Amino acid sequence: MTPHEPDARPLLLGGPALGLRLIVLAILSLGLMVADHRQHRLAVIRDWLSAVVYPVQWVVQAPLGVWDSARDSLASRARIEADNVRLKADNFVLRLKQMRYETLEQENQRLRAARASTSRVVQRTLVAEIVRVDLDPFRQRVLVNKGSLAGVFRGQAALDANGIFGQVTRVGPLSAEVILISDPEHAIPVQVNRTGARTIALGTGRSGQLSLPYLPQNSDVVAGDLLVSSGLGGVYPPGYPVGKITSVGRDPSQPLLSVAAEPLAALDRDPEILLVWFDNTVVEPVPAAPPPADAPPAAAAGGD
Amino acid sequence: MARGTGLGWPRIIAMTVVALAATVLPLPEWLEILRPDFVALTVLWFCLLSPRMTGLFHAWGAGLALDAFRGVLLGQHAMALIVITYVATKLRLQIRAFPPLQQTAVILALLWLNEFLLFWIDGVSGHPITDWRRWLAVPAGAACWPLISSLYARFAARR
Repeated sequence: MTPHEPDARPLLLGGPALGLRLIVLAILSLGLMVADHRQHRLAVIRDWLSAVVYPVQWVVQAPLGVWDSARDSLASRARIEADNVRLKADNFVLRLKQMRYETLEQENQRLRAARASTSRVVQRTLVAEIVRVDLDPFRQRVLVNKGSLAGVFRGQAALDANGIFGQVTRVGPLSAEVILISDPEHAIPVQVNRTGARTIALGTGRSGQLSLPYLPQNSDVVAGDLLVSSGLGGVYPPGYPVGKITSVGRDPSQPLLSVAAEPLAALDRDPEILLVWFDNTVVEPVPAAPPPADAPPAAAAGGD
Repeated sequence: MARGTGLGWPRIIAMTVVALAATVLPLPEWLEILRPDFVALTVLWFCLLSPRMTGLFHAWGAGLALDAFRGVLLGQHAMALIVITYVATKLRLQIRAFPPLQQTAVILALLWLNEFLLFWIDGVSGHPITDWRRWLAVPAGAACWPLISSLYARFAARR
């Protein structure tokens, strides 16, 4: 580059060409947005775009991953020994539970067979690592390192060791985006474990809080109640822990309670999550031929 | 358009990719809210101060890449960026002559326009974020402008 080369740059920019380009590009952007939002025509393009950007996203978090693994390998012997003791104790407890679980599962299957309904338990799981990139500070979404090549699909439920984590909203070949149960646009059908009351838990945008705005004043909930997934809607397997109620606000002038809950899954600290497959075909129990007039059949309880 | 001048496309693309990476780099939560829109700042620098002008197409491409990166509505950042690039290109010769403080004020206004368009599109598409803290990134970005522009100028001057 010689400094005396004639400069071909125009001194004044603008004029009709610039305005025309703005209009053309604006129309293109609008078209893209409409196609993406209204018609979901761009799903395939989006999937491949995510495959293109994934390497860069991976590189961004790679130094942190290296740092973490270096720290792990240099961890003190005392800490590893303490971990080991704790894990052994955990393992012992879990094995005891497992023994009981197997007999219970068999019994459950027999009972379900008698009622001609399928047992919707998790059949297959896949561990996915969370890619440590910040997608948006105001939305609770994470990127994981498994995509459609590993069989991940849209709407798949994600769990961690303590409870329900979220569901897959977008799948690329190598990566997938998971919306957390605490995202303000997320709602999960839940059941209060103690009473069986069904309601919906909404995300609040903060990772440590869910809200349950649809419980009437007279409903029986107290702080400390466990919320489990009810399995309505078919996205989440039923009976898995979602959260614990932290506060119940009773204001007599309001028709509904303001109930806050805390998710049990470690939404902001998990290094990896479990993507699960379960049989979510809901087989409605065949109603008895003469429906009893006084007692509502058991199947009607699922209708609220 | 500007063959033979300072910056080649490889360097422009590299700087844009670095800006994109900076937008998703994991940060602690309190800092994350203050994270400036690095892509908007980079696009503005290229159209205001760079020895080689890039035009609306660069802004549009960078915006689309940002949409793909953050997994939001495709075309959202692209739309906002071409509008602020258009305004900045129209006012380019004036802004270049401004003293640094005044320049920063113009950048503040442009970044605010960018964020407002994003806010608007968010609302229209049915995913509104009404948290007031989303606007904190605008002054943070403007505060970063003197630093970023001098950093970029140094990088662009290197052969």
